[in-house]
Amino acid sequence: MTPVWEIAALSLKVSLWAVACSLPVGIACAWVLARCRFPGKILLDGLVHLPLVTPPVVVGYLLLIVLGRNGWLGRLFHDWFGVTFTFTWKGAAVAAAVMAFPLMVRAIRLGIESVDRRLEEAARTLGATPTRSLFTVTLPLAAPGLLTGALLAFARCLGEFGATITFVSNVPGQTRTLPLAIYTLLQTPEGETAAAWLAGVSLALAIVALAASELAARAVRRRLN
Amino acid sequence: MLKIDARKRLAEFEWQGRLEIRPGVTALFGQSGAGKTSLVKMVAGLLAPDEGEIAIGGTCVFASREGLNLPPERRPVGVVFQDGRLFPHLSVRGNLQYGRPRGSRSAPALEEVVELLELEALLGRRPMSLSGGEQQRVAIGRALLTAPDVLLLDEPLAGLDGERRGEVLGFLERLKRDSDRIIVYVTHRLEEVVRLADRLVLIDRGEVRSAGGLQDLLGRPELQAVIGQRTAGALLRCRIEQIDDGDGLSRLSCSGHTLFLPRLDLQAGSEGADIVLQVRAGDVSLSLEPPRRSSVLNVMSGTVERVVQEDGALANVVVNVGQTLWARVTRRSVRELGLSPGAEVYATIKAASLYSAD
Repeated sequence: MTPVWEIAALSLKVSLWAVACSLPVGIACAWVLARCRFPGKILLDGLVHLPLVTPPVVVGYLLLIVLGRNGWLGRLFHDWFGVTFTFTWKGAAVAAAVMAFPLMVRAIRLGIESVDRRLEEAARTLGATPTRSLFTVTLPLAAPGLLTGALLAFARCLGEFGATITFVSNVPGQTRTLPLAIYTLLQTPEGETAAAWLAGVSLALAIVALAASELAARAVRRRLN
Repeated sequence: MLKIDARKRLAEFEWQGRLEIRPGVTALFGQSGAGKTSLVKMVAGLLAPDEGEIAIGGTCVFASREGLNLPPERRPVGVVFQDGRLFPHLSVRGNLQYGRPRGSRSAPALEEVVELLELEALLGRRPMSLSGGEQQRVAIGRALLTAPDVLLLDEPLAGLDGERRGEVLGFLERLKRDSDRIIVYVTHRLEEVVRLADRLVLIDRGEVRSAGGLQDLLGRPELQAVIGQRTAGALLRCRIEQIDDGDGLSRLSCSGHTLFLPRLDLQAGSEGADIVLQVRAGDVSLSLEPPRRSSVLNVMSGTVERVVQEDGALANVVVNVGQTLWARVTRRSVRELGLSPGAEVYATIKAASLYSAD
């Protein structure tokens, strides 16, 4: 069995990449949902929330179809960028990112909606383009929401199981993150002690993430007031 | 020159107006909900008219026929909002430096604006820690630093108490002296109009009721209709000559007349400053000869400009005493004294009924 710290490190790597890569998309989605009005908005809203209500195994299966070696997007990534998702930690990161996406968007959207639009108007009358107003007024003021979104997503990624095991299987060192390792150990005779250790590590990581989120949110709020 | 010719369907009525605003201070005056803020938003580019044209200094910023609608950031317009709208995550300095100059004039240096509005001590502070008056000063400075051809002030004093209002008004007067730009000042308080404006535009339910020079409009009955009969009266711009003349009275000069009123609540040294007095029409009486051996201290000679009959026993007489004064008298007096346009009269006002409008 792989040492505990290696499994934990893999979990952290997968989750960090998942959050880092999905954050810009999440912010864009949240902004569109919070600030734009267009026909078909309800469809986008539904699509974003889909992973929340779909069984994770189904999400994993869909990812397999689209991003698998023979999937149209998977082949494209392979041929153009030399990136393979199947059975690799990158695939695990994608699965985690997709599953955590609704939580991330929800929190960021709330953050953006809490920003007074009249401040954005003021920015425009001072000569700021919509883009400049977004980056200098809206997003800094939505920082608490951004932070909450990122940390919620991170915690969700750490716990991702169903979509991951369906999409990228359970490969030691590549896709066997903490939840998958715990599951594997519980299937093995006399693996229970090790499983308990890993469960402890998972719990500790969750608590650290929660505390960090609270501290950061407080610091941001102090800055704003 | 700012030209507006626009139509816009709003929730309660339709905005419909044609206006030409010249450099100097023009007050947009009307009751709350008259459509003043909608006009400001249309000029700033925050609200698109349904139809029409808006041009600033010969450049079109909106034209429905050509499908032209410049976004706010490309219009040479600065706005000071009623609620300040300072960015809470930036320091005062950050707020001041946020803007980007547009328009035809060159931007003033930060130091210049900081000096004009006395912001030096505030630069490092956060907007949340400032008083309402300080916030509005920063908002004015922030707008000025974008060097706008048109400066829109949308009830900048509305959220402030009397003392703070006076403080910011002082800065606005200074700003007016130093500048030849188009300043549009939106308000529903007549005393601010009298102190700041050169011209007045009367707005009622989305329509321009009248527009013109300040003193001319102050004598028109439609203004009285908009501000309501109860508070109706005149506002006189005066200069303080003496705070206390020894009898507990302050002495003012007003278009060549001398006025007395109970000592103003001002520090010594305010002599020479401008002040606006509110004179209710009901406190003014008229006579054909100067009163002798009377308790009334204030007598102003003038000419009757207009007599506006009211329903019932009363009439309003507009008297030009150098400025516009309203007298509310009975119709019988109008008839017996022969008050008609051109008549020479003496208007008397008790010192006890005069008070500062600031």
